[in-house]
Amino acid sequence: MDTVSNAVHYIFLAAAACFVMGLHLMNHPRTARRGNTLSAGAMALAIAATVWLIMDENVISSTGWLVLISGGVLGAALGLWAAREVQMTAMPQLVSLFNAVGGGAAALIAVGDLLQTDHPAALGARVSLPGALDIVIGAVTFSGSLIAAGKLQGIVSGAPVVFPGARLLNVLLPASFVAGTAWLVLAPDSQIALYGLVVVALLFGVTMVLPIGGADMPVVISLLNAFTGSAVAMAGFVLDETALIIAGMLVSASGGILTKLMADAMNRSIANIIVGGFGTGDSAPATADTGGAPAQVRSVSADDVAIQLAYASKVIFVPGYGLAAAQAQHELGDLAKTLTDHGVDVSYAVHPVAGRMPGHMNVLLAEANVPYTQLKEMDDVNPEFPQADVALVIGANDVTNPIARRPGNAISGMPILDVDKAKSIVVIKRSMGHGYAGIDNELYTDPKTGMFFTDAKKGLSELKAAVGEFVR
Amino acid sequence: MNNLDLLTAITVFVLSVLVGIEVISKVPATLHTPLMSGSNSVHGIVVIGAMLIAAESHTWLGYTLAFVAMVFGAMNVVGGYVVTDRMLEMFKSRPATEKPAADTLEKAEV
Repeated sequence: MDTVSNAVHYIFLAAAACFVMGLHLMNHPRTARRGNTLSAGAMALAIAATVWLIMDENVISSTGWLVLISGGVLGAALGLWAAREVQMTAMPQLVSLFNAVGGGAAALIAVGDLLQTDHPAALGARVSLPGALDIVIGAVTFSGSLIAAGKLQGIVSGAPVVFPGARLLNVLLPASFVAGTAWLVLAPDSQIALYGLVVVALLFGVTMVLPIGGADMPVVISLLNAFTGSAVAMAGFVLDETALIIAGMLVSASGGILTKLMADAMNRSIANIIVGGFGTGDSAPATADTGGAPAQVRSVSADDVAIQLAYASKVIFVPGYGLAAAQAQHELGDLAKTLTDHGVDVSYAVHPVAGRMPGHMNVLLAEANVPYTQLKEMDDVNPEFPQADVALVIGANDVTNPIARRPGNAISGMPILDVDKAKSIVVIKRSMGHGYAGIDNELYTDPKTGMFFTDAKKGLSELKAAVGEFVR
Repeated sequence: MNNLDLLTAITVFVLSVLVGIEVISKVPATLHTPLMSGSNSVHGIVVIGAMLIAAESHTWLGYTLAFVAMVFGAMNVVGGYVVTDRMLEMFKSRPATEKPAADTLEKAEV
């Protein structure tokens, strides 16, 4: 190894260390931005070092430079544009898209490397095995993430798409991965095995994500994130670059942890979600019995709620995806500010699966100027509900249903927010429709609960206006 | 290319997973979206692989693959970091007033 190559690899090591420190700084909102900047700086350094390495090796053709620079500039411009323009509600789609391109790039690297070796037949399993894995994982991530992004954007149906033979295909395709991988390892020069593997993996990405419902997207995005990380790490094995292995595995660990957290928050196994057919987004017929006679709900008006809020000393907001769907986070932020200025203690109870990706609701609220000190995680906020004078539920359903504490229904055992323990409860909702689980919410028939039937955006502005009258 | 032996590569692989788990378990749920988007930009390091492939290409097929990989990788890196920064900028400990002075200071330092 010559001096330049040596120096470059020390730079890579430093960059990898900065990635770890950058992620470490993410453990508090105060330092997180600095962490991201550190990580970005390290990435820029690593890229510059690679340019130095390529110049030093000097095997690159002028066409190679053209490809490198034009591709880089085009990609950077696209990424910059997407990152600047995206709405915060569309963040899950964008993250999926970046996931897709990351996985795609990793797969292409393995394809490129296997095709361009001078003596492909002589390649050992040391390169061909991670190469094959890189292609499989990268291509599955690419097509899977694109489908997930399409579902989130509404281009592909958010409901689980199940076609005849889908289950069979989901068994056959992974089996062909094993066969294709073995083939490629035994005969690394076989282009049929190479392209076959790419096609089968792309297909599997589609058939894996299509049957998964919109409400399960937080799990899917996290899982695909873990996949991309692994694909990048495999590319690191192919290219003999530890920097790729370290960075890839950091991401993989992050995606893995988030997948586990999301699945736990839904009280479902990851396998159960991947098999799909649950998060339909439609109200499936209810199977759980809610105790016989049609329960009475108490309907309340904006003025009733405003009085309660204005005279409360502690209010907890419980936002769910419905809030984001109605684009009402700014109205909620305004209402909260009016209350805070009036001296009411305001906080937000955020369930882990509120939104379409892990932590999505927090970003939406932060965008609406909600200070992060008011954003409470489930375990921290649950003990606070008994002290809350009013719990205001906006667009959240299943995660507030006390029925989850009892066995024998669709959401049994799912961790929920203890909204029913608040002194009084107000639910803003358009109708008595069901949540994703398709069962009745006992919270709505609780005598302490008032139902404010309205659109979230309209209802919250009315509340703000009404509260404004009382506190003036 | 440096010749990395398999054992070293696997050691790095295993230790990286452990470090990742250790560091990431400490991130609060509030920041999970920026974490995911930030870790997404970290796997943008794949762009380095794309650059190395571009450097070794000598066929049209190779150039095409390298070009697409470059576009994808660069998009991943640049977009990922920019959007993560955009999100993290919004997380404030108190409601944002009109352009706080600290913000201007930070910009001046850069």
